[in-house]
Amino acid sequence: MKVYLDYGATSPVKKEVKAAIMPFLEVEFGNPSSIHSWGQRARQAVEKAREQVAQFLGAKEPEIIFTSGGTEADNLAIRGLIAQISKSEFLNPKQIQNPKFKIQKPHIITTQIEHHAVLRTCEYLEKNHLAEVTYLASNRDGLIQVEQVKKAIKKNTILVSIMYVNNEIGTIEPIREIGKMIEKINSERLTVNGQRLYFHTDAVQAAEYQNMNVDFLHVDLLSISGHKIGAPKGIGALYLRKGTPMDKIIFGGEQENNWRAGTENVASIVALGKAIEIIRNQKSEIRSQKIQKLRDYFIKKVLKEIPDVELNGSKEFRSPNNANFYFKYVEGESILLGLDLVGIAASSGSACTSLSLEPSHVLMATFGDAERSHGSVRFTLGEETTKKEIDYTISNLKKIIKRLRDISPLTKERSK
Amino acid sequence: MSQNISSLYSKKVMEHFLHPKNMGTIKNPSGRGRVGNPVCGDLMELQIKVGKRKNKEYIQDAKFQTFGCGAAIATSSILTEMIIGKNLDELSKISNQAITKSLGGLPLQKRHCSVLANQALKKAIEDYQKHK
Repeated sequence: MKVYLDYGATSPVKKEVKAAIMPFLEVEFGNPSSIHSWGQRARQAVEKAREQVAQFLGAKEPEIIFTSGGTEADNLAIRGLIAQISKSEFLNPKQIQNPKFKIQKPHIITTQIEHHAVLRTCEYLEKNHLAEVTYLASNRDGLIQVEQVKKAIKKNTILVSIMYVNNEIGTIEPIREIGKMIEKINSERLTVNGQRLYFHTDAVQAAEYQNMNVDFLHVDLLSISGHKIGAPKGIGALYLRKGTPMDKIIFGGEQENNWRAGTENVASIVALGKAIEIIRNQKSEIRSQKIQKLRDYFIKKVLKEIPDVELNGSKEFRSPNNANFYFKYVEGESILLGLDLVGIAASSGSACTSLSLEPSHVLMATFGDAERSHGSVRFTLGEETTKKEIDYTISNLKKIIKRLRDISPLTKERSK
Repeated sequence: MSQNISSLYSKKVMEHFLHPKNMGTIKNPSGRGRVGNPVCGDLMELQIKVGKRKNKEYIQDAKFQTFGCGAAIATSSILTEMIIGKNLDELSKISNQAITKSLGGLPLQKRHCSVLANQALKKAIEDYQKHK
């Protein structure tokens, strides 16, 4: 039996998506910037996809920028905004003269549990003295509190960037509540002619099961990725609310409303539009409930049938497809190896599975416990996951954990 | 053959990962060597029983326990196989390279596992010599 439980890493391209993109690989291969009919048909396809994405997010078409993926969308959101702010608003002569708004380095608030696409970008800005950054710690449930964000806001805070759903432990952050709080702060700031705050969310892991309406969420920028939702790798998008300051980070042609240079990845853009249309046409509650039922069954059984296991991350505020377990006394890579040998794919917070040999920054930030990070495994279910597959996984997991615990010196020493 | 994680490892590593040899503890061991740290993701404990034959000390028995990745488990397992029956004065020949070689190689980022196994052996012998 082959069981893929790593949908959080990537997903297969959906059949309907594949069918939709085939013509654009061969027949409709035109460059959307070309004036002839080949080009114009490609242009139409790109704009149709933009409409699909915009409708899904409750946005307008010009607010959608296609990128090479979630990582580029995050980079563009953060670096583009900071670059633009640094040269315009902060150099506003009125503000320079007014000591109340004395020029300071722009301040970003983000969290310690962000994806590296956000974390590394913020670290880069910090190291190069382009921004000041506060990295908020999550609580032991893997959650960020609205109050925490509010308290961290300073006069020079320009950007708050907080992920919607955590990629490792699946926790759902209170984006709407944070968005509303920021909106309130902005209305106060406006009355004193202060600098507006902008709110970005990395929603890469959220698109399939959460409410993605940008007005509901009260966000100004939002990143999505294609390959997590049944489109190919190498495509994503950034939602950029009209009026949000932005500078480009990739130079060249004037594609994407002059926000992002480079010939459009037509086939993949069509794919992203199609994948999003599929999600939009399904009742998201039904889809969520179905997968959550199976996931809850999985969590319940694992916690019941394997001793000394804990669930990482909030049970309540959790993406319906994610289960992340800490198996005490054993190490994650050896669990993955054991699972892989019986055809089951999962992923681990263990350092030993990565080249860097660093344990997961998300688990480290949440629990401050390296041993826990090494012993944790993430399972992410997908649309096609069946109960039979889950049962097969549980029965193998039981055997693997027992076997590895028999080998580990910690089993007897710690469980005493 | 399908490609999977195990294809990162040699056949020999997988053999020892799936069927580790000499796993467990020794009653009243002559020496023990505990190296690594669960915080770093690897912890090995090697226990040895030293006997005498023809006036020479030799490893009569060796057992291991390991918390760690597949490579850590395999290196500790093969180490016990490599040392059982050997005279103590022959053990200096067992380097981390020798351990890696007898496993048919290790991925680069896993080489430290063989270093760890070698350290466990050295520590176990030191422990024996201190207490004899």
